[in-house]
Amino acid sequence: MRSSVIVFPGSNCDRDVAVALEKFHIKNQMVWHNDTNLPKTDLVVLPGGFSYGDYLRTGCIASKSKIIDDVIRHAKKGGLILGICNGFQILIEAGLLPGILLRNIGLRFLSKNVFLKVVNTDNQFCLNYKNKDIIQLPIAHNEGNFFAKKELLKMLEDNNLIAFKYCNKNGEIEENSNPNGSSNNIAGVISEKKNILGMMPHPERLIDPLLSGEDGSILFTSLIKS
Amino acid sequence: MKITPEIIDKHGIKPDEYKKIIKLIGKNPNLLELGIFSAMWNEHCSYKSSKKYLKTLPIKNDKVIQGPGENAGIVDIEDNDAIVFKIESHNHPSFIEPYQGAATGVGGILRDVFTMGARPIATLNSIHFGSHLHSKTKNLLNGVVLGIGGYGNCMGIPTIGGEVKFNSSYNENILVNAMAVGLVKKNKIFYSKAKGINQPVIYVGSKTGRDGIHGASMASNKFDNNSEQKKPTVQVGDPFTEKLLLEACLELMKDNSIISIQDMGAAGLTSSSVEMASKGNLGIELELEKVPCREENMTPYEIMLSESQERMLLILNSGKENQAKKIFSKWGLDFSIIGKTTNSKNLILNYNGNEVANLPLSSLSKDAPEYDRKWIKSTNSKKTENPKNFKSLKISTCLEKILKSPNNSEKSWVWEQYDHTVMGDTVQKPGGDSGVIRIHGKNKGIALTVDSSANYCLADPVTGAKQVVCETWRNLISVGSKPLAITNCLNFGNPEKDKIMGQFVETIDGISQACTYLDFPVVSGNVSFYNETKNNSIPPTPTIGGVGLIKNLNNMMTKNFKEPENHIFVIGKTLGHLYQSEFFREIMNFNNGPPPKVNLFNEKNNGLLILDLISKKLVSSVHDISSGGMLIALSEMCISGKIGAKIRIPNNIIGKHEYLFGEDQSRYIVEISEKNKKEAIKILEKNSVYYEVIGKTQKDYLDLEKEFKINISELSKFNSIWFKNYFEENYGS
Repeated sequence: MRSSVIVFPGSNCDRDVAVALEKFHIKNQMVWHNDTNLPKTDLVVLPGGFSYGDYLRTGCIASKSKIIDDVIRHAKKGGLILGICNGFQILIEAGLLPGILLRNIGLRFLSKNVFLKVVNTDNQFCLNYKNKDIIQLPIAHNEGNFFAKKELLKMLEDNNLIAFKYCNKNGEIEENSNPNGSSNNIAGVISEKKNILGMMPHPERLIDPLLSGEDGSILFTSLIKS
Repeated sequence: MKITPEIIDKHGIKPDEYKKIIKLIGKNPNLLELGIFSAMWNEHCSYKSSKKYLKTLPIKNDKVIQGPGENAGIVDIEDNDAIVFKIESHNHPSFIEPYQGAATGVGGILRDVFTMGARPIATLNSIHFGSHLHSKTKNLLNGVVLGIGGYGNCMGIPTIGGEVKFNSSYNENILVNAMAVGLVKKNKIFYSKAKGINQPVIYVGSKTGRDGIHGASMASNKFDNNSEQKKPTVQVGDPFTEKLLLEACLELMKDNSIISIQDMGAAGLTSSSVEMASKGNLGIELELEKVPCREENMTPYEIMLSESQERMLLILNSGKENQAKKIFSKWGLDFSIIGKTTNSKNLILNYNGNEVANLPLSSLSKDAPEYDRKWIKSTNSKKTENPKNFKSLKISTCLEKILKSPNNSEKSWVWEQYDHTVMGDTVQKPGGDSGVIRIHGKNKGIALTVDSSANYCLADPVTGAKQVVCETWRNLISVGSKPLAITNCLNFGNPEKDKIMGQFVETIDGISQACTYLDFPVVSGNVSFYNETKNNSIPPTPTIGGVGLIKNLNNMMTKNFKEPENHIFVIGKTLGHLYQSEFFREIMNFNNGPPPKVNLFNEKNNGLLILDLISKKLVSSVHDISSGGMLIALSEMCISGKIGAKIRIPNNIIGKHEYLFGEDQSRYIVEISEKNKKEAIKILEKNSVYYEVIGKTQKDYLDLEKEFKINISELSKFNSIWFKNYFEENYGS
């Protein structure tokens, strides 16, 4: 499998995710935001960080970068796209995923490990979570409060397009385990064709037992399963 | 413009200093030249009151690659890897404008580290506020935490440790000390010393604006009623630009284009150009109209004295300009050739073809004033009467009260606002004795901590300063690292007062003694004087940042209890020293008396023994005993491990309050399994280290025989509610 990590000015998890991809033998290339064409690639990754300093609106300016047109073409062809944290915000701004990411309800940046329930394991990113669907991953964001109108929420639920929900350690989805105020505790969503995943938690940060867990690894092993 | 005594005074220059200027340069300075002197001769930049004593600190051993005098200190961690680190204060600006003050404090110290060619891999901070009841504290705390997070999070560098303290002596003078740590290849270190004449001087980064003019002079003066009017002297940070500057500089540093590089920090373009040229014993000539400006019609005076952030000055090998320019344009940053090195040994400034300043560099650097200020010995707090009636107080009530106090509360409310896992190498998060960062791609790591003990230092500066160094040493030992070196941030009042100067002199003596004995050199640091408002000075507050090496991360240690039925050992002797303890302060409201004694032999002996036990895998958890004493340390081990303990106070001659809350030094609590007990005792006895076995770990309850039994989840609640209550926040779990 080949991947391309897009580097925007202000991206800061680009190296971390590249390290994770390479650890699982995915052949990765870094792609500069000003390029117009993606190299030959199966997976495009939009990494976390503060693209364009979060100015205007998180992800907004990056979603107008030169490379994004080709990312959209890649999406339309059914190519895989993973957006993590700021990458998720960019995917929404680019219209590739629905919803809005608002500021955290507590109006504070939050960096901590959270429990997640893997709601949909029937997609290329989450296949291997079938055996372990209550996991822990770090979040680190200021604008991760996923908001959607009632109709959209219903559509996402009915069509099983929610990948992850914040939960407690027993996997129960409850308000107390919702760190940022997201509608229905949503932490990650997938596109209708299931080729695009946007998520606030950082799987690339938990791929090593030394770093107190490997739940992030499962996402990458799922990707190489095909 | 005529230079009047009022103008000279406004520039913070004393009449006799002005006379010295005229003598050194052989003419009356013009306004621009006076401004340059003001920027270079102020306390913050010139260290004129502290230099004499800083020279006495131990700064070398075989691990030190670079000691004080450069942008940051550097220590060797083997395999061609080196660690670059420094701590710096941003106290005055943070009080005037907490968000920007703290943010640019982080930005400034990060530039010091990547200027040397290192990629920053961690930051830490020590922040001190006034009483939590003081009307300004909540806003200041909130702003400072948001500012530190705002800058560090955007840069994508984990903030992995620090301390937050409250004391009414900081009501009008808060402290914001930020430390940055970077990783560099030993053969790819960059320095600020200029070399060669006619080499191009390059300006890169943000444009120059009118912000922060005279920032360093402001930080070299005490506050009065009008301090808040000094807001325009506070710089405004843009971490996004700094991130671009970081990447662009590191990209350029991959080849050999750069001769020398210096960030524009305090005193901006003035100090960077002066320092680079004078270190190289050269001259420098700048064309100020070529400096990229944010605002129209900026004067040479404003350009030279602006402290706009995110700027660097480079001297390139001539011929490399285009290649360098390409990199900076790619990152969308300004790049301008603004001058050249010369052999004149003068700073010459031109503006649109006219010479506007011409000063011998030596007058700005090596001939700057150096004072031997008057000082008096501190009248150290003597042993006085103990506060009465504490012996009848219930231990459990005291424990609860201390755990719930702002100073002893668990600080996750603060550090969860800082991204501490970005870069994917955070092996030990904030909240432990030290943060631990893995060296990228390797199985070794560094331990990092910052510490201060202002209460001890106020009661007895020599002992207090020794204690802070030892506390740093212990925190590094407790996670299984070998302590390497420190950086210090020395926060004091007005050095023109003999009492304050005395505190400074004695603090340096204490740091020197401890660092020399422990072979723990000082490789970088900063002095912040004039932390004083309306004659009220802060207590002497040396903040120590320490770095230790863990050669094999599989041997890293943590403080959380691991499993029930293990033995709990206290290493080091408990004498029951309660003066200056959290117990006396929080429970008895009693602040007199001397701090605990520091015995450097025991400190070293006990510390090295703990390292030995860790490396032999004989201990399951380790925590040093510090502020609050043994019972607080035990509670922290229970809370973090979600494991209880059953404790019995040994038949002891001292009282139980003294035993449980005393703050005697050189002590650790360790957890040892039944299997390892015999071997551990053998080593302890062979090394004549004093130890006591005080009980065993158990499930769910902290149980002190004949006193109390409390559920760990309740104990945890005591320790974690203060910040949320203070800010009335309750979102999520």
